[in-house]
Amino acid sequence: MNEIKGEVIKVSGPLVVARGLKGARMYEMVRVGEGKLFGEIIEIKGDSYSIQVYEETEGIGPGQPVWRTGEPLSVELGPGLIKSIYDGVQRPLDKLSYEFGEYIVRGAEKPALDRSIVWQFNPSVKTGDRVEPGDIIGSVRESNLVVHKIMIPPNLSGIVKKIEPIRGNVDEVVAIIEGADGKDHPITMVQRWPVREPRPVKKKIMPVEPMFTGQRVIDMFFPITKGGTACVPGPFGSGKTVVQHQLAKWADAQIVVYVGCGERGNEMTDVLMEFPHLKDPASGEPLMERTVLVANTSNMPVAAREASVFTGIAIAEYYRDMGYSVALMADSTSRWAEAMREISGRLEEMPGEEGYPAYLGSRIASFYERAGSVICLGSDERKGAITVIGAVSPPGGDLSEPVVQATLRVVKVFWGLDDKLAFSRHFPAINWLTSYSLYQDVVDEYADKVFNGEWSKYRKTAMEILQREAELEELVRLVGIDALPHEDRLLLQAAKMIREDFLHQNAFDDIDTYTSPEKQFRLLKLILIYYERIKKAFKDGATLVALTKLDVLEDIAKAKFIPEDHLKQFDTIEKKIESSIVPLTW
Amino acid sequence: MAEIAKEYRTVTEIVGPLMIVEGVKGITYGELADVKLSNGSVRRGRVLEVSGDRAVIQVFEGTSGLSPQDVKVRFLARGMELAVSMDMLGRVFDGFGRPIDDGPAIIPEKYLNVNGSPINPFARDYPNEFIQTGISTIDLLNTLVRGQKLPLFSGAGLPHSRLAVQIARQAKVLKTGEKFAVVFAAMGITFEEAEFFIDDFRKTGAIERSVVFVNLADDPPIERIALPRMALTTAEYLAFEKDMHVLVIMTDITNYCEALREISAARREVPGRRGYPGYLYTDLSTIYERAGRIKGKKGSITQIPVLTMPEDDKTHPIPDLTGYITEGQIIINRALHTKGIYPPVDVLPSLSRLKDKGIGEGKTREDHADLMNQLYSAYARGKNAKELAVVLGESALSETDILFVKFADEFEDKFVRQGENENRSIEESMRIGWELLSMLPRGELKRIREKFLDKYLPK
Ligand SMILES: Nc1ncnc2c1ncn2[C@@H]1O[C@H](COP(=O)(O)OP(=O)(O)OP(=O)(O)O)[C@@H](O)[C@H]1O
Ligand SMILES: [Mg+2]
Repeated sequence: MNEIKGEVIKVSGPLVVARGLKGARMYEMVRVGEGKLFGEIIEIKGDSYSIQVYEETEGIGPGQPVWRTGEPLSVELGPGLIKSIYDGVQRPLDKLSYEFGEYIVRGAEKPALDRSIVWQFNPSVKTGDRVEPGDIIGSVRESNLVVHKIMIPPNLSGIVKKIEPIRGNVDEVVAIIEGADGKDHPITMVQRWPVREPRPVKKKIMPVEPMFTGQRVIDMFFPITKGGTACVPGPFGSGKTVVQHQLAKWADAQIVVYVGCGERGNEMTDVLMEFPHLKDPASGEPLMERTVLVANTSNMPVAAREASVFTGIAIAEYYRDMGYSVALMADSTSRWAEAMREISGRLEEMPGEEGYPAYLGSRIASFYERAGSVICLGSDERKGAITVIGAVSPPGGDLSEPVVQATLRVVKVFWGLDDKLAFSRHFPAINWLTSYSLYQDVVDEYADKVFNGEWSKYRKTAMEILQREAELEELVRLVGIDALPHEDRLLLQAAKMIREDFLHQNAFDDIDTYTSPEKQFRLLKLILIYYERIKKAFKDGATLVALTKLDVLEDIAKAKFIPEDHLKQFDTIEKKIESSIVPLTW
Repeated sequence: MAEIAKEYRTVTEIVGPLMIVEGVKGITYGELADVKLSNGSVRRGRVLEVSGDRAVIQVFEGTSGLSPQDVKVRFLARGMELAVSMDMLGRVFDGFGRPIDDGPAIIPEKYLNVNGSPINPFARDYPNEFIQTGISTIDLLNTLVRGQKLPLFSGAGLPHSRLAVQIARQAKVLKTGEKFAVVFAAMGITFEEAEFFIDDFRKTGAIERSVVFVNLADDPPIERIALPRMALTTAEYLAFEKDMHVLVIMTDITNYCEALREISAARREVPGRRGYPGYLYTDLSTIYERAGRIKGKKGSITQIPVLTMPEDDKTHPIPDLTGYITEGQIIINRALHTKGIYPPVDVLPSLSRLKDKGIGEGKTREDHADLMNQLYSAYARGKNAKELAVVLGESALSETDILFVKFADEFEDKFVRQGENENRSIEESMRIGWELLSMLPRGELKRIREKFLDKYLPK
């Protein structure tokens, strides 16, 4: 710790003001009071340093010491991140609980990466090779799903002077690089990185590859791409957390970083208990093998909550840099914004809308900007991506509030959760009339190649039916269903099937929880074929009653429960549709 | 404490519940202070902010009658603590944990800081044990589990207190040989309401296993800020040190939030929605998140906070922020109450988010989930049909819809309605549910698996 010592002059909740911290910089970490609480400098005015403290400040008062550390708030990056659970400033919650008990105590400290784990490092370059920033020089098997690449840090290049296979903990020197400065630079398995600073990339590219999530309403109607950004706003109980959990489970990302930001403790426990038992559909390995958790629940210190999304995204960037496609979920960005608001209020900054600081919009934008599809640093031009999905919790479900509005200005996908749908237990309660995805075209292009141009065709038809349904419903409310022409009633029937048999997806059913793109396509096709056939049959003289009472309807309704390895059953149902409708027009 | 506590006569300002003392030294954030009047009486305060030699103190009993010249302030060099012991069971306390029932003083086993510490999320155990409250609308449709926080959203003049008392009296787990306690936190309720609770606890003997904290409507509002923390500190002691399953009933959260708003206004903070402070969410979460279970510990804390929604508006900041923290909500409905149905629980917008983990084979019964979904959807359909009939006339309803309308009425009358002393077992609730479903054509019961229809549907 730096010898420069200042003293506290003011304490107001999580905000401490100190003086005498000569030379200290913005965002430098400091230690406050006898208990050496963690804090970060967030404002400097002359000799007055405002510090947000990551722990409860009871017992801190004027005159108590404050120490500089000389370093900004940083994360430790290296093998051992996977399967970890951290608080907002990367303290390992599992280790803390073993050592300090079931409550989070102040001043508790543990390294983020476990030094007792021994890793096997295998080099992929040799002595004499030239390396530049971001080059992969070797790897470590971090978990059953993740090969951890050891990279040259972003600010170093030179010649490999020494490298060999080695076993050791993360601090082990695995290589020595002779830098351009002529000096030797030892490389270990761990890097430190300031969380508020984006890790550099070679360049950003357009995110064009879909990230399938196994959620039908998302993949088919409002898809997201690898490197894309999405938000999930909705009132309480509308299903934000379930959507986030579903994506953390089933999205085809290689790494998942889940940030529980100012939400419930039990929801993190839920993930911790469930993920080790759920199997990744691609590899069959437990989902925990690709997951990093950051949990700063609502009752944990609010300044650490503010930091938590940055801690999460810095970890995500590090895996992106290895060439992985990473998905980051933040539940909920509103709680993060509220943490900013609280600190800003204590700094007595000029408040903007609803008391949020004037820089709310730019902070939110700078967070989502760290998502993206990129060419990573390093000479091999590898690609990596971070997809960011943020939940937003607007007061009273009112979408005109500042956090939703600031978010909508930057994200490309909007999954609007609707309390009326949730209320009628239609889950996921994503409103199909108001939601949108700006990636639809690129995903169509990709999926149409796989499904012979029919993916987008069926989707468009289905969406038209749903939109028409909304118009007709207005009418029905006024005049009653009996007044509708029979063609329209057939359409209503089809719309109902799209809603109930396709869009509705039970997250808690073993089969329904995940649907592959192939099965999604078959399922939607089934409903639309049925609709085509009954429309035709009706023209040819079949009666409405006969057409809406077919028992193949039962089969269609149950089709979502067909297991992924039995998709042939769709053929059978398609045949049954033909065979039960044709006779009606004889 | 070795140090001699410092005493100051340098109060310079009194604003609402706040008091400013200057020239102080060695004071820390969160520290307690005794505010002494010249007539010898003492009030309690807490340091909300300290800047140089100036401290802002929030006076719990309020500042009425205080004058800057007349008071001495002594800082106590410790945060707010509660003396706890098993003797607290059966006793009644004020918002500071001082006995108000004429009983003897409590001989403390230990002192605990009332702000508690956050439970490490890694140390939590997931709530999954069924609690039988004896109320059909809760047990069968909105199941409560141990360690859950499930609020009652009510409105002025509705019988939420009666329901809360009934739950406190009846709640039990199907396993035997466990120790229970009820911690009751009354904030700003009327004398009559408080008496109603305490009386009921006495009559039924529940008082023996209860700890009661009371702050009445005419008690100082700022005391309400401390009270739930006192109650939850007691609950944590009983649950995690004494292995008890503790049910905490807190009423009325709305009054608590008003007190918070008052302090915020006195500090001239930038207000959030409707004048409530921007940190209301965080503040409430430090109360609600104290519910739960902990790995390796026998006891648990289950919370039933009660709040009255101003103008029955669910989007008002108090129910809204509560809903964002708790694990579901039970909604008390005015229309049902007006119809004379007790308990007037509106099952459609009510939801227990943890229900799925506490029901089914080995916990309640194999058919629980199916039956629950079917009752819910049949009632929703009946209510819908009824609305339709209002707009378009009865004749617009199909024969089946008419059956569903009848079902909805019967459901309210037989299933929702129950006596204030009627403690229904889960089997009994299920029996009534099945009985009601037998009004409908079997073909309409699509949410229930065939095998359960065969086994449980009355012929
Ligand atoms: N896809 C789904 N399938 C089945 N049930 C669901 C689904 N989505 C949501 N639910 C139900 O809705 C409840 C609330 O969902 P969730 O916890 O995700 O809401 P939320 O929007 O995150 O609320 P909050 O803002 O309070 O955190 C769940 O407990 C579950 O009962
Ligand atoms: Mg949530």
